[in-house]
Amino acid sequence: MTVTSLAPAARVLQRNLWVYRRTWRGSMLGSFLTPLLYLTAMGVGLGTLVSTSTAAFEGYEFVHFLGPGILAATCMQSAVFESTFPVLGKIAWRRNYEAILSTPLDVRHVLAGELLWVGFRVLSISSVFLLVLTLFGIPKWPFAILAVPSAILMGLAFSSVIIAFAATQRNGEGFSWVFRFIINPLFLFSGTFFPLTQLPDAVQWVAALTPLYHGVALVRGTVLGEPAFLGAWPLHIGYLVIMLAIGWTIAHRLLKRRLLS
Amino acid sequence: MPPSEEVLVHARGLTKRFGEFTAVDGVDFDVRTGEAFGFLGPNGAGKTSTMRMIACSSPISEGELSVIGMDPRRSSAQIKSRIGVVPQIDNLDAELTVRENLLMYARYFDIPGEIARQRTDELLDFVQLAERATDQVDPLSGGMKRRLTIARSLINDPELIILDEPTTGLDPQARHLVWERLYRLKQRGATLIITTHYMDEAEQLCDRLVVMDKARIVAEGSPRDLIEQYSTREVLEIRVSDAVRGTLNGLLDAIADRVEELPDRLLLYVGDGERALETVHQRQIPLESALVRRATLEDVFLRLTGRSLIE
Repeated sequence: MTVTSLAPAARVLQRNLWVYRRTWRGSMLGSFLTPLLYLTAMGVGLGTLVSTSTAAFEGYEFVHFLGPGILAATCMQSAVFESTFPVLGKIAWRRNYEAILSTPLDVRHVLAGELLWVGFRVLSISSVFLLVLTLFGIPKWPFAILAVPSAILMGLAFSSVIIAFAATQRNGEGFSWVFRFIINPLFLFSGTFFPLTQLPDAVQWVAALTPLYHGVALVRGTVLGEPAFLGAWPLHIGYLVIMLAIGWTIAHRLLKRRLLS
Repeated sequence: MPPSEEVLVHARGLTKRFGEFTAVDGVDFDVRTGEAFGFLGPNGAGKTSTMRMIACSSPISEGELSVIGMDPRRSSAQIKSRIGVVPQIDNLDAELTVRENLLMYARYFDIPGEIARQRTDELLDFVQLAERATDQVDPLSGGMKRRLTIARSLINDPELIILDEPTTGLDPQARHLVWERLYRLKQRGATLIITTHYMDEAEQLCDRLVVMDKARIVAEGSPRDLIEQYSTREVLEIRVSDAVRGTLNGLLDAIADRVEELPDRLLLYVGDGERALETVHQRQIPLESALVRRATLEDVFLRLTGRSLIE
């Protein structure tokens, strides 16, 4: 991506922002309520029962351990959702991309524009989430601000791969499969709710290979300002950057095949 | 403005293949600046594939194509910035209002805000949608959506406008309104490329056209030239009972230059339809009905391919 191709991509982002102008209030309220409900129900309610020993949660209270995990997982879900039905709709049902590709923009700009949009969504969701975590006294400022770019990187990595998948779909059936068999298991088993060490040895390494695990590790380490989590940060960032690069390449190729046949 | 001799779109041996299937099979044509050029043919003849190659939305499999002097393989962004496209199926942005559709499209072309707003207002007037400017797109009628799509294709003040079946699916009144707007564009000197499977549309709008069938161009000329070349001036259409039809063999050939047998009627190609009808009456051939009409492009197509345009 060069700077000259970012300007046209920003038009695609702008289009989504124009649409968002009509719905942003509800969307922001949701971004605020989700962490509040999770942290109250699971952190405080459930947490008081399970937090008898902080040793189980790497030396943290359960709610401190849980908060950043849910932040990362929520950002993943939103990034994935934005890359499924809305993208397929613009490919096949409403044909927005066909219209856009009749202008000087090309597939590269469309893909980059949608990723900018996902980046924007994750930016707002993770920022509001951090504010709520602050109400619970969880983040260690100012270091915690790095959780935002971490969540964005993870969101883009997921988004690029899911957009590639969306480019192969005829209807939305494949997406419910993705949510049921990929996103939900990731949500539950990527260190979001409990440390991976709680899992049987045989599946620990599988969980450690998943992208959400790396996203959670980065976000938790940055929010808590905990070097122990961040020791492997080049690994986590490297994993997500490579995933984004591969996702971009495949998504670009598949979108091009689908849209310019 | 009369068409000039300057060639705006030039194709030689232009070919489009999808795997084993050849959608466009080595076609040659030239579109001149200022003319309305038509591609007439039935569904599946290769019209849309040809359009899509011109519009840089489909890679060329083989052959030569130049659009406004540029090669779509190398300069698609530059070409696209100077043409307007009206696709067969509307692809308006249903999540934006009528006015926002035009303003957003202007953004894609990087048209500065002030000019974009001015052109948007002018174009909404031009397609008679100014009163619906703040409405959502979905509740608009088919004809209104089509007009909005046409307005959108004009936002970059294009030198060439490509319209793929501009009135398919519209009711007669809406069609006439679209035709009237396109005719105005033509008068202003715009170059139009139109695909259609309606012969009346081709006759109304096109200065020159090519007839496509099964991926190839089978004839080329002005509507009048094509009718003169491939048909007689008039056509006598008669309907007879099956019993009578069986007894006719050869009888009609003496009356008409050519006879076309369709399942429901017979077409007699003649210079003078009324006289031919008189002769039919004199021979005491019992008719269920008879109609004399001018020859149209439909007859040209029937002659060239042995099939009707709309089957």
